Amino acid sequence: MNASVGIVSAQRAIFDTPLTFRSGAVLPHYELMYETYGTLNADKSNAILICHALSGHHHVAGHYADDARNVGWWDNMVGPGKPIDTNRFFVVGLNNLGGCHGSTGPSSKDPRTGKPYGASFPVVTVEDWVETQARLADHLGIRCFAAVVGGSLGGMQAMQWALAYPDRVRHVLAIATAPHLTAQNIAFNDVARSAILTDPDFHGGDFYQHGVVPTRGLRLARMLGHITYLSDDAMADKFGRELRHGKLNFSYDIEFQIESYLRYQGDKFAAYFDANTYLLMTKALDYFDPARELDGDLNRAFAAARAKFLVVSFTTDWRFSPQRSREIVHALLHNKLDVSYAEISSQHGHDSFLMQDEQYFAVMRNYLDRVAAEGTSP
Amino acid sequence: MNSSIILSRPDFAAIAAWIPQGSSVLDLGCGDGSLLRYLRETRAVRGYGVEISDANIAACIVNNVNVIQSDLESGIADFEDGSFDFVILSQTLQATHHTEALMNEIVRVGHEGIVSFPNFGYWKNRLQVLRGNMPVSDELPYQWYDTPNVHLCTLNDFEILCAHLQIRILGRHVMADGRDVHVLPSLRGTTAVYRFRRDA
Repeated sequence: MNASVGIVSAQRAIFDTPLTFRSGAVLPHYELMYETYGTLNADKSNAILICHALSGHHHVAGHYADDARNVGWWDNMVGPGKPIDTNRFFVVGLNNLGGCHGSTGPSSKDPRTGKPYGASFPVVTVEDWVETQARLADHLGIRCFAAVVGGSLGGMQAMQWALAYPDRVRHVLAIATAPHLTAQNIAFNDVARSAILTDPDFHGGDFYQHGVVPTRGLRLARMLGHITYLSDDAMADKFGRELRHGKLNFSYDIEFQIESYLRYQGDKFAAYFDANTYLLMTKALDYFDPARELDGDLNRAFAAARAKFLVVSFTTDWRFSPQRSREIVHALLHNKLDVSYAEISSQHGHDSFLMQDEQYFAVMRNYLDRVAAEGTSP
Repeated sequence: MNSSIILSRPDFAAIAAWIPQGSSVLDLGCGDGSLLRYLRETRAVRGYGVEISDANIAACIVNNVNVIQSDLESGIADFEDGSFDFVILSQTLQATHHTEALMNEIVRVGHEGIVSFPNFGYWKNRLQVLRGNMPVSDELPYQWYDTPNVHLCTLNDFEILCAHLQIRILGRHVMADGRDVHVLPSLRGTTAVYRFRRDA
């Protein structure tokens, strides 16, 4: 019953209408990689947009014909009979602008110079992304999404949809996210960026021409990120203080299993992710703050929203804690918007939103059943 | 669906009778959202529930009811002053620890509060106490050692608490076996429903 969407393939959408970034920069031409699952119905009312988080991309569910092991990052949530049921919904996943999985980004060739954009790629914000996503929706003939769904940085995009395009999204599912980052979160991001920026192979962002990759910086950035995405308990459960060689070696080599795990994750990440994209994505996180120009008043920020909301947090998520989700809920309540809030007891920290948890999946499934049942009625 | 809710929970009908069409309602300890769903379908209310249990959160979503997962005991501070026409607490008062604080919160957040609870002064309860046992009945179906109820009260006790908190009682409905009790309600009633507001 809970099957995979099976073999999928990515598609490319090409945009020649110039995009003006929030920063004022202009990109005359850009491309977005995306995947779709399920079937768009006749009145095009069953589309769900999935927004990805920091290191995510368009490959949300299923696998590729030539790479059966490359399973989409949210395959447990999206598929036939799964909470985001592709028998009912037409699901769209994309790689955000500035990404490194086929969408135009710093590693893409700048047609004006014939060289990768590198340091010259504009700093991109959540607002910019949502604008490109709306253009992708136009490209697909979708006027209004049944739901926009995202976790973490993806949740910020989902919220931004409700603010920027209130009549183009019926439901927002904002998971493990926050109305803006805390100083502590920005601090973590800056340490991660510093690791990349100070890597001797970074070359100010133009490392492509030098035939090198700032592997050490990326690796450190990912190791730091990984620590903050897990909970202390989850890490203790999984690794404890287990020694790799069964005894202390009094050296700086890998001794504890957690060190082995983090270095493995760091290396794996550094091998496929682009350093400039990592910088851009963390900056987008830092900048997101819909209340910034409203004296920090989130209530006013949500005044434009019309969507119905499901807000979900996880008890052990300390980077995007339940308290941050309750700030969102508070602003939605203030504006008398329809909102349900679920606080899921989970031990997996921030990463919980990607894990299979009975209560979390029940909430998502039940909510999306309602979304499907209401059909096209507002 | 509607009739079955009313049959299973007679206090719901009494509560609904006090709620005008189109009111805004906050239902504290809303369970599976049955009351809010009933009020939406029969009174076109706009509402939210507050609930702690995971199973009930999932059930409220099935009932297409807005629900906020939160512990009543740690306060309902997320709700602004006077932001609802009615704040309802049905069959939950007796299970709350910070009863005084919660009553104050109800009249802070709602223009009016509606509370229902089992009447500990019901004659069969009194009889069981006289015989030397804590009461066990349909309304109080727990043994003393495994009950969620920590603050049982009689009608009289509740009215004294309201006076103490400067809360004015606007209406009272006492029931037994789903029927109104007008004669000797504090002895013959099993369930009480009160409507009240902060004394201006």
